[in-house]
Amino acid sequence: MEPFKDEKILLAHGSGGRLSHDLVEKGFLPAFDNPLLSKLDDSAIFEAKGRLAFTTDSYIVTPIFFPGGDIGKLAVCGTVNDLAMSGAMPLYLSVSFIIEEGFPLSDLKRIVTSIQQAAEEAEVKVVTGDTKVVNKGSVDKLFVNTAGVGIVPEGVNISGSNAVPGDKVILSGPIGDHGIAVISEREGLKFATLVKSDCAPLNKLVREMLEVSSEIHCLRDPTRGGLATTLNEFATQSKVGILIYEDMIPVRDGVRAACEMLGFDPFHVANEGRLVAAVAPNHTERVLERMRRNKYGAEAAIIGEVREEHQGRVVMRTHLGASRIVDMLVGELLPRIC
Amino acid sequence: MRFIDEFRNAELARVVIDRIHRRSKRHIRLMEFCGGHTVTILKHGIRQLLPPTVEMLSGPGCPVCVTANADLDKAIALAREPGVIIATFGDMLKVPGSYSSLQKVRADGADVRVVYSTLDALQIARENPERAVVFIGIGFETTAPTIAASVLQAEEEGIKNYYVLSMHKLCPPVIKALLNSGEVRLDGLICPGHVSAIIGSRPWGFAARDYGIACVVSGFEPLDVLQSVAMLVEQLEKGEPKVEIAYRRGVRPEGNLRAQELMNAVFEPSPANWRGIGVVPESGLRLRKEYQRFDAELSFDIDPGPTLEPKGCLCGDILRGVKTPIDCELFGDACTPEHPVGPCMVSSEGSCASYYHYGTL
Repeated sequence: MEPFKDEKILLAHGSGGRLSHDLVEKGFLPAFDNPLLSKLDDSAIFEAKGRLAFTTDSYIVTPIFFPGGDIGKLAVCGTVNDLAMSGAMPLYLSVSFIIEEGFPLSDLKRIVTSIQQAAEEAEVKVVTGDTKVVNKGSVDKLFVNTAGVGIVPEGVNISGSNAVPGDKVILSGPIGDHGIAVISEREGLKFATLVKSDCAPLNKLVREMLEVSSEIHCLRDPTRGGLATTLNEFATQSKVGILIYEDMIPVRDGVRAACEMLGFDPFHVANEGRLVAAVAPNHTERVLERMRRNKYGAEAAIIGEVREEHQGRVVMRTHLGASRIVDMLVGELLPRIC
Repeated sequence: MRFIDEFRNAELARVVIDRIHRRSKRHIRLMEFCGGHTVTILKHGIRQLLPPTVEMLSGPGCPVCVTANADLDKAIALAREPGVIIATFGDMLKVPGSYSSLQKVRADGADVRVVYSTLDALQIARENPERAVVFIGIGFETTAPTIAASVLQAEEEGIKNYYVLSMHKLCPPVIKALLNSGEVRLDGLICPGHVSAIIGSRPWGFAARDYGIACVVSGFEPLDVLQSVAMLVEQLEKGEPKVEIAYRRGVRPEGNLRAQELMNAVFEPSPANWRGIGVVPESGLRLRKEYQRFDAELSFDIDPGPTLEPKGCLCGDILRGVKTPIDCELFGDACTPEHPVGPCMVSSEGSCASYYHYGTL
């Protein structure tokens, strides 16, 4: 990749002129190679049958490289997961960069490579994109926007408002890894350096869950705002109460330690490779069993249940056997974690 | 996780809870002074586990909450001074003063930076020699030594652009003021763990001796608090109020002498203005004469204007233990963590925020 030596991004890389073309042709095309993109037309044109899901998100995490991932991987996984949580099978992504002048091309290469790897793993294609370069100081290094299109299979109906009393609440793995990995990298917290972001594409896990059960009512990835916020969203949207058990919720020691030190509640810390599901009780076992065979669901566990009582609220049975409310995250916990 | 899991052990907690239920005969009122204890109590649902004979009240132990509007206004006025960088702990950012907050003046262009330690503030001063860096010194005896250390470090390095706005407060004098007021009937006090790690348990002696208040210094895990309640119940049932330490892994009777030395070298006691309580003599810390050049209040000519108190806010009464957040009409409606009216809703250790987050069902 010629343009990626020890060079830096210049304003001209985003001007649409020769440097822009070089960047696209030598930098992006080889990585994202696919017929839809390689045409280099103004739009990617494709056929699709069925119900389409369409989503977009922007990624502004700092630092852009963190244990377990980087902004590129995050930009793919985040959008793929948003599609997957609607029950959609992700097909195509757009990727747009807004880059600060002077950004090292070698770093851009790393990010492009991890976008490619994440897209490959998720089996989605990057079919369109854009690059803008702005004056130094106008953005912090590099922002990425991705949008994604997917197909929702026949009969799949997943929504935050579908939870019904009796449903079990399943969590796919330990919480808080992403948020703590990012903040420990940023703040140089040595004690939490073993924590890696959980950033991962969950579409295959979801596909496998849907293969074994038609009774998955809610699915959501607890990103910003953490598990607490997602559960509160289910409770509010579905007009139900949710009871969870403190002892059943997996939290890694490194995350617990960091949360203790920083005064965070792991329930509010962001995840980028976890999902929460509300599943009919008679389907719980088969869903759990299938999830545990996928590496991103290996530590899946039932953490609680949906109830008629305390509508709109999430209540936790504490370790000591008392109960308390689990509130949504208010304000900002960790700035710019995704 | 060591030092955490042992102190959250549910079986041991059950044993202590049973003991409290067995021993507690007469109705008693205990105050947890410290906001950190309030959080532990609500987060783990400890009140539900205690017998009806044990009533728990939250006290004024949240440094952000007890900062008077007049003092907040000074910090906000300093932030507006041209060339000034404000370095502050994050909790202070959103606290509304009479007219504005540090967060609002930051949005208007003031340079307000959140730091985790005074050493970060010193670093900002080193990196910006042409600007004045003012550290907003809030906190109790726990934080004061670190701020004293930063002043000594600045002195040693000859850093000339570092200032401290000292709004530090001392805990034993305010407890004395509360007891003197006679407003709240108390039988026992869960004494602050981190404050006592610095000052020791001896400064609480007056409460037991002169006021007959049972005192136990507690740590911050659920078992710490339960154990402290059990010890308080024991003292009160026996009718022998005294000062005991339940938090032995953190606190010695004499405290941390080195930290006390630092604090005394740089600061001297002064009157302090407590929200809801008023000016309490000898309950604050100001810079000693030889360090006055670091005193932001003396170094800048600021006019914060007249002080306004938020209408309907009960923070003052709540801090004195006279009212609870539930008594406040603004609680949860006009006053939420997103749109706080009073400081007790802002600070993570404020009573109102704790009630709001972990609340009762």
